[in-house]
Amino acid sequence: MATKTGKSFVGRFGVHIAVLVFVAIWTIPTLGILVSSLRDKDQIVASGWWNSFASSSQSEAGRLPGASGQTQKDGKYVIEGNIFGDGPKREISAFGVKSSAPTQYKAGSVADLNDGVTLQMNADGGFVLSSPKAFEGDRGQRVYFASSAPPKFTTDNYDAVLFSEGIGRSFMNSLTVTIPATIIPILIAAFAAYALAWMRFPGRPLLIAVIIGLLVVPLQMSLIPLLRLYNGVGAFFGVPSKTYLGIWLAHTGFGLPFAIYLLRSYIAGLPREIMESARIDGASDFEIFVKIVLPLSFPVLASFAIFQFLWVWNDLLVAMVFLGTAPDQIVLTAKLNALLGSRGGKWEILTTSAFITIIVPLFVFFSLQRYFVRGLLAGSVKGG
Amino acid sequence: MAAQIFSAIFVIIIGVGGCVAYFWGANKLLDLVFPSRGVSGTAAVDNLRRQGMVRPWLFVGPAMIILTVYLIYPVIATLWLSFYDRGGTNFVGLANYEWAVGDHDLRNSIFNNILWLAVVPAACTFLGLIIAVLTDKIWWGTIAKSLIFLPLAISFVGASVIWKFIYEYRGEGQVQIGLLNAIIQYFGGQPQVWISLPFWNNFFLMIILIWIQTGFAMVILSSALRGIPEETLEAAVIDGANPFQIFWKIMVPQIWGTIAVVWTTITILVLKVFDIVLTMTNGQWNSQVLANLMFDWMFRGGGDFGRGATIAIIIMIAVIPIMVWNIRQANKETGGH
Repeated sequence: MATKTGKSFVGRFGVHIAVLVFVAIWTIPTLGILVSSLRDKDQIVASGWWNSFASSSQSEAGRLPGASGQTQKDGKYVIEGNIFGDGPKREISAFGVKSSAPTQYKAGSVADLNDGVTLQMNADGGFVLSSPKAFEGDRGQRVYFASSAPPKFTTDNYDAVLFSEGIGRSFMNSLTVTIPATIIPILIAAFAAYALAWMRFPGRPLLIAVIIGLLVVPLQMSLIPLLRLYNGVGAFFGVPSKTYLGIWLAHTGFGLPFAIYLLRSYIAGLPREIMESARIDGASDFEIFVKIVLPLSFPVLASFAIFQFLWVWNDLLVAMVFLGTAPDQIVLTAKLNALLGSRGGKWEILTTSAFITIIVPLFVFFSLQRYFVRGLLAGSVKGG
Repeated sequence: MAAQIFSAIFVIIIGVGGCVAYFWGANKLLDLVFPSRGVSGTAAVDNLRRQGMVRPWLFVGPAMIILTVYLIYPVIATLWLSFYDRGGTNFVGLANYEWAVGDHDLRNSIFNNILWLAVVPAACTFLGLIIAVLTDKIWWGTIAKSLIFLPLAISFVGASVIWKFIYEYRGEGQVQIGLLNAIIQYFGGQPQVWISLPFWNNFFLMIILIWIQTGFAMVILSSALRGIPEETLEAAVIDGANPFQIFWKIMVPQIWGTIAVVWTTITILVLKVFDIVLTMTNGQWNSQVLANLMFDWMFRGGGDFGRGATIAIIIMIAVIPIMVWNIRQANKETGGH
């Protein structure tokens, strides 16, 4: 539609740049935790994650072997070897022998120490120390060097987080909460929505107004009375007050106004002729609903299911009020919140856990984006 | 854990099966009590009429019961509890409200909530609108929109971890692993502990919500922009309007209604903002907001339900104008249908 507005080359180029900047701001934060979750835990604190694809450079110090390793060659005393020994290989860019000038010489060059002593150090860590006089003593020459390690990616963090930090268990808990809490409201809402859209009965306009009013009632209004109610019921029947059943029903209750609102506006828009011809053929309301309305409403049912799934999966408040914090009940969001407190600076744990909590919503979102957007448009453009 | 999975599956079957059984059974029962077939003509008509009177209530019944227990009763009970003491047993009149007027934390929360209300809906709507307009002009706009939309699927807690990592602070001279401080340091600035700077930390928390919600505004506004008739825009171009004039004088007025809807939706969300503050600062360094303060009072030292309820009422009062507007709007659209 607006292709004609950005006529000039500069203008069009500017649009591309501007959108690119927005996309960068909106994706880089998530990319940050994804990359960090795959990094080695020592590297996470040693350099920013944006450097993780470059080699990480660091300053190191070491000591060459003592006099016992010397050999005689061409009339000189020589100590040869590799500074890394059997350890992991790194690439040396420069070296030195004084702590004040740790990178005085380039790798591969020959450093002239005093009294005719020379030291050559190569990029691979191999060194040659030679002297006209015999070396003495067990303490070898001190050397300093700048090394760079290749980027290292690992899934160790995921192993650790899933199995020893309890995230795997919380993942199951989240699924346990989410799936029933998504399915139960759909049926209840669909019947109510059909009645509100196509059946005539006294009080219907009032009921619709109440549901639209309830759409915006803050969750906070429900928490305290429900907590008291649950505690009362638990005490009366001698059962725990924090149960999965409790949270399923709570999520059902909190999701119903939006579900009824969304489904009603869709079902009310179905063509009247279909309903009426079915009724003339002798179908009851129940049959019309099950055989005609439900199949035709599939897109909006899918929209609501995605909404409710994301909302329940991502919820923290309801889970913290109505579920316990023991390992058998704590959901992912609550667990992540707890880890923020107990594992404050351990970014390898936090980034990995965070990525695990967002992976399911992201998957649902990408595979079902069409329905999600449709529901968003239907749910908000008309009301609120 | 196996028992848990089993019970979850069991409940899905019971729950769904129960729902189906209820609706089917209730319907069957109705047919039995008021048969419309196999009886004389007038009796059949009478029974059909009776069925028509009862059946709607069978359909809306379960929803009404759940809505009553989980939303309508609690709203009344919360109002009730706000006049009672911490245990909810002794009537204390307006004492909780008197406390609310004088309490420093609560005043700070209201101030912060107003700050959030002033910044977040405006920022989301504005950014969403800009991005919607820009992405409409380029061939990879759909991909760009998808990526900007993506944070909407991320939980507030997850987003908080993501941004906490960006705000991460390391002592001066150390390698900054937080992106923001690294950039600041690269340009020679002083790294800061962003989330503990009183007053300004509010804005660093708001950025998280703006980051999440801009995609929502963008999608809704983008579809509204598509609804503007092509001729209107062409006429403006022919009349020599520049892109800015077209944006401000043609596009924005045409979608004013949608902008209002997006604005109010985000406003309601902002009033309830809880997770971000809890996970980022838990209200420290003057960043408290009402929803988090309420949670605090619900559980702090065994909990004070009276004061918690009072804070909930304050949030509710802020929502009521939007609620009334919504109901009016809906009535106008359907004509009370």
